[in-house]
Amino acid sequence: MPEWLISIIKIAAIVFGFVMAVASLLTVLGDRKQSAKIQNRIGPNRARLFDKGFLQNTGIPHFIADGIKMVLKENTIPDGANKFLFLIAPMLVFLPGLFAWATIPFMDQWCTGQIQVITNHQEVCTGGEWKNYFQIMDINGGLLYAFAIASISVYGAAIAGWASNSKFSLIGGLRSSAQMISYEVTMGLSLAGIILLYGTLDFNEMSRLQGEQLFGFLPMWGVFLQPVAFFVFFLAGMAETKRSPFDLPEGESELVAGYITEYSSMRFGVMQLGEYAATVFIGALVAIMFFGGWQVPWLYGDGFHFGAPTGTPDIAVPYIAVVLLRIGAMITKILFFVWLQFMMRWTLPRFRYDQVMTLGWKILLPISLANLLVTALLAAIF
Amino acid sequence: MGTVDVKVMERHQKSFWEKSYIPEIARGLGVTISQFFTNLNPKKEERETFTIEYPESGTAHYAPRWRGQHRLMLREDGQVRCVACMCCSTICPANCIHIEAAEHDDPTIEKYPRVFVIDELRCIVCGLCVEACPCDAIRMDTGVHMKPRTDRTTSFHQRDELMQLGGLSIATRGGQRAIRDGESR
Repeated sequence: MPEWLISIIKIAAIVFGFVMAVASLLTVLGDRKQSAKIQNRIGPNRARLFDKGFLQNTGIPHFIADGIKMVLKENTIPDGANKFLFLIAPMLVFLPGLFAWATIPFMDQWCTGQIQVITNHQEVCTGGEWKNYFQIMDINGGLLYAFAIASISVYGAAIAGWASNSKFSLIGGLRSSAQMISYEVTMGLSLAGIILLYGTLDFNEMSRLQGEQLFGFLPMWGVFLQPVAFFVFFLAGMAETKRSPFDLPEGESELVAGYITEYSSMRFGVMQLGEYAATVFIGALVAIMFFGGWQVPWLYGDGFHFGAPTGTPDIAVPYIAVVLLRIGAMITKILFFVWLQFMMRWTLPRFRYDQVMTLGWKILLPISLANLLVTALLAAIF
Repeated sequence: MGTVDVKVMERHQKSFWEKSYIPEIARGLGVTISQFFTNLNPKKEERETFTIEYPESGTAHYAPRWRGQHRLMLREDGQVRCVACMCCSTICPANCIHIEAAEHDDPTIEKYPRVFVIDELRCIVCGLCVEACPCDAIRMDTGVHMKPRTDRTTSFHQRDELMQLGGLSIATRGGQRAIRDGESR
């Protein structure tokens, strides 16, 4: 198959088959069903595709109904709005959430030959070459790329707020840009420690390094090396997605709907989907950097190795099964962190705006700086 | 100047752990997560949701006194119990019952309704006709909802339709109301 065809298939599978599917399912399953379960309710279950079967009461077809409703609604542009910016803002919010997936690896590169596990749990491909089938774009600055692209959505929110010609939108846009910029500082700094330890910005390489073992039994996941960084990054990441308890930019009790007040129809839907996609993306970042990415604990190219590798695996697993297990592990990890974020959303009340800023600048930033300092000292000593 | 007796409330001092919020957030998450998994239990009886899903759940949970569509009760020989005394049509606040009386063949029964029409569109489901009936002839305990309709003429329920819904009643006039086994409720 030609290279470009593989790329298109990868893009279709990852972006449309996974990210978009999960994001649109989250509108029903994550927000409405999960909150219903927490609050002893049932949640939406009237939209049905089948009259029988276990799926009939899950309410999943609601997202199709919602989509149709969104598309069919009237699309209004307020008087005095800057038309060009007003139309371009939803794309700026939504597209970065999809572009950023280019560097997320769902599996290690595919080995066309025989795979071998040598000491230190490194996998060597003999008699073949590594093929990049499970990551859209293999660049060694993947982390930088992901952050650069993801921060573009700040512009989307700010432009949406300004271009709407509404004071609610303007305040919402200001709030969201202030909040996102503050928390991006913390996000970057909390990751500095982990970059220091791994010595790479490549997501795939990072996941590969987390296959080593600590003290001979514990998988060397980022969360065991940098628990504080995980905590700070997860909080800052949740703040980045602009969802509760950090959903000040659209605090409806004060600002109607913040920077999306004036949007209607599918533009509103796209803004919302962008938030869900950002949630999934934060889940993916946490999974890759702190929970081993596609690594299944103790599973290597030829099977399970408990303890130091001896040449033959303790439990042999065929390579294709290893690949499937690893893809499954990556998806499971992402979905778990998405679920956890939604759990936080439905547990915690919204912050006050000054509390958000205090948390960002006075608590999380010093913690991440201290974490970086301690990590750097320890890395220099050992 | 009088003095005001102010009661000084002792403030709950937050400990360091409470101030850091982390254990409290974890506790809150514990509550919501346990609730989430309780309500995901495959056994529906062990969930804590108490929503009754109406069309699927049927009418079994309705109270015995729940008022639905009318029915006319029958005598033991299958004739209508109604004696066309006009009590129900008199008390009906919506004027939805129309009765035309006729003489009964049996000399012990004075009258019977030749025409008995209930306009279900006008009915306000107040149940006064059932209260007024002296001989347990009309009841609203069918458990059947008034059906939505597109044609108003179908809203006039004739005597025979009402009797088809009805069951046997062996209540004695002026006496006790008896319910026989096997009679629909």
